Amino acid sequence: MFRKIENPKDLVTIVVDGRELEVDATASVAAALLGAGMATVRRSVVTDQPRGPYCLMGICFECLVTIDGVQNRQACMVPVRDGMTISSQRGARTTQGGGR
Amino acid sequence: MTLTIIRNADDLSARYDIAIVGAGPAGMAAATECARLGLAVVVFDENAEAGGQIYRAIERNTRAGRPYLGSDYGRGAGLWAAFCATAASHVPSAAVWSLEQQGEGAAALAELRVSVAGRSRIVLARRVVLATGATERPMPVRGWTLPGVMSVGAAQIALKASALLPEGPVVLTGSGPLLYLYADQVLAAGGTIDAILETTPRRNWLRAAPHVFSFLASPYAWKGLGLMLRVRRAVRVFRAVTALEITGKDRADGVTFMAGGKTVSLPARSVFLHQGVIPHANLANAAGCALAWNDRQKCFAPVVDGEGRSTRPAIFIAGDGNGIAGAVVAEFDGRIAGIAAGLEVLGAGSSEASRRFVRLRKRALRGRAFIDLAYQPALSFRAPAAGDVVACRCEEVSVGAIREAAALGVAGPNQLKTMLRCGMGPCQGRMCAATVTELLADAQQRHPADVGTYRLRPPIKPVPLCEIAALPHTSEAVYAVTGGHSGH
Ligand SMILES: Cc1cc2nc3c(=O)[nH]c(=O)nc-3n(C[C@H](O)[C@H](O)[C@H](O)COP(=O)(O)OP(=O)(O)OC[C@H]3O[C@@H](n4cnc5c(N)ncnc54)[C@H](O)[C@@H]3O)c2cc1C
Ligand code: FES
Repeated sequence: MFRKIENPKDLVTIVVDGRELEVDATASVAAALLGAGMATVRRSVVTDQPRGPYCLMGICFECLVTIDGVQNRQACMVPVRDGMTISSQRGARTTQGGGR
Repeated sequence: MTLTIIRNADDLSARYDIAIVGAGPAGMAAATECARLGLAVVVFDENAEAGGQIYRAIERNTRAGRPYLGSDYGRGAGLWAAFCATAASHVPSAAVWSLEQQGEGAAALAELRVSVAGRSRIVLARRVVLATGATERPMPVRGWTLPGVMSVGAAQIALKASALLPEGPVVLTGSGPLLYLYADQVLAAGGTIDAILETTPRRNWLRAAPHVFSFLASPYAWKGLGLMLRVRRAVRVFRAVTALEITGKDRADGVTFMAGGKTVSLPARSVFLHQGVIPHANLANAAGCALAWNDRQKCFAPVVDGEGRSTRPAIFIAGDGNGIAGAVVAEFDGRIAGIAAGLEVLGAGSSEASRRFVRLRKRALRGRAFIDLAYQPALSFRAPAAGDVVACRCEEVSVGAIREAAALGVAGPNQLKTMLRCGMGPCQGRMCAATVTELLADAQQRHPADVGTYRLRPPIKPVPLCEIAALPHTSEAVYAVTGGHSGH
């Protein structure tokens, strides 16, 4: 839902729900997804409605995604990294054994 | 001297003279003053970069590179440079999730729990300065949970931090200076805003009028007026908008509202909401600092004295986190609280520098009363009437459910939590606390000060259990959970 008005100096590759994306190396995960046209990043836990980043400052928790296997990360607070794997979330979270 | 950057929990000391939470104008200024006093200072911020909200991405943005951010943004560069020249430590991407005071009076200590790069640590400090800033006041309207709808602050963050412009049609709605500031920045960057829907009630201007002279003497007045005229030349503006609703099935596709006695519908792919900012006081609340209702700003704010002392002696609060006054006041507030906290650690008396900052802060506060009253959001947008509007976005609790509980005589926000789960999701009430207080006050015809707000408990940000489990625990705590004495 956004377009970039500068050419990023450095790019990194992230994998979003199985799809490879080249994104600005200085972006947060949420900014990278929004810049790639993704306004929806998860379904709400109670009534399964589409939701996307709302505040971009760590307040609303609407941007929760799974990053490199760790659930419920705030996409707006995590900078992208080359090779990062991101998946959108649906339904309730599950407990994960063995630390993270 | 240069700032030390710490990116790993192991590199933290167990104890500092001063710990500061937040690296916005208030936090950077407080740190600079404390470091000048020769104290050991650590600054935590959950953002990856210093700057806070107004000076977001100040470490990367230059005036030449992104001129559209404007001259107020430029002030951040000097502040950041001064912070970088201190011997303090800055810990980016560090969320402080718990704060407790140990002991009382002059000997009191602050105990912080902070998560850095996937691990938590306990840090002690003689004094802590909370410079946690503001959050945008929630603006619950029908359709505000749809993808394609964000806050104006969020859209501005996308521009400041990532040079992203919104896809059209773009509609901004709500009240407050940020609507016009963002619109101006977008236009300067070559973007388009299709409409601004002002929800500010017309009679606000009458209530603000007695403060107009002090406003005209402030720097806001002429800058703000010029900005507004520029934006109004380029953008269609609707005033005194009511009955606003965002339409769309799986994402926003339009807005419908009443203006000038008519119902208007406009197409929209990006809808940005904003109705002012309120103190982000979750950490202060959970640490047991007293809060009080500010009726002009329609929000709860921590109680502080003229030097930022909260009702807990080890805890100071500076900047927008103790009441909304903007970036310049936040900076002086940070200096004043930093010096006061530092002098307590040193056991020293008063400071001439601090008295000068008090005068500068007073001058910078001019015009604030006018802005507060002129942009005070309408009750119908703070405590909506429509039952189907979502109030708590995490647990998906509607305005109707809350009004029903109010009619049943629910005692307050804390009892409401146990009845409806509102405020119990991951955001821990950040997105609904203000709405809940005003809904209960409206429905039960009580004063918001009386209704109160959620009593919060740590962790104030969700932390993985493994991080909490890995912290050292007292033997009583281990016994309480395991029934045994085997340590951790
Ligand atoms: C989204 C938004 C945009 C704004 N834009 C402008 C603008 O363009 N111009 C303007 O004049 N004013 C703007 N404001 C108003 C702004 O609040 C003040 O101008 C100014 O930033 C206040 O400074 P501060 O130091 O008090 O807090 P902030 O600058 O908000 O800094 C607070 C910092 O504390 C950190 N923090 C909070 N809690 C924790 C925690 N538990 N652990 C670790 N870190 C934490 C945050 O990450 C943040 O960096 C904006 C406000 C918001 C909310
Ligand atoms: S978008 Fe609000 S927490 Fe990330």
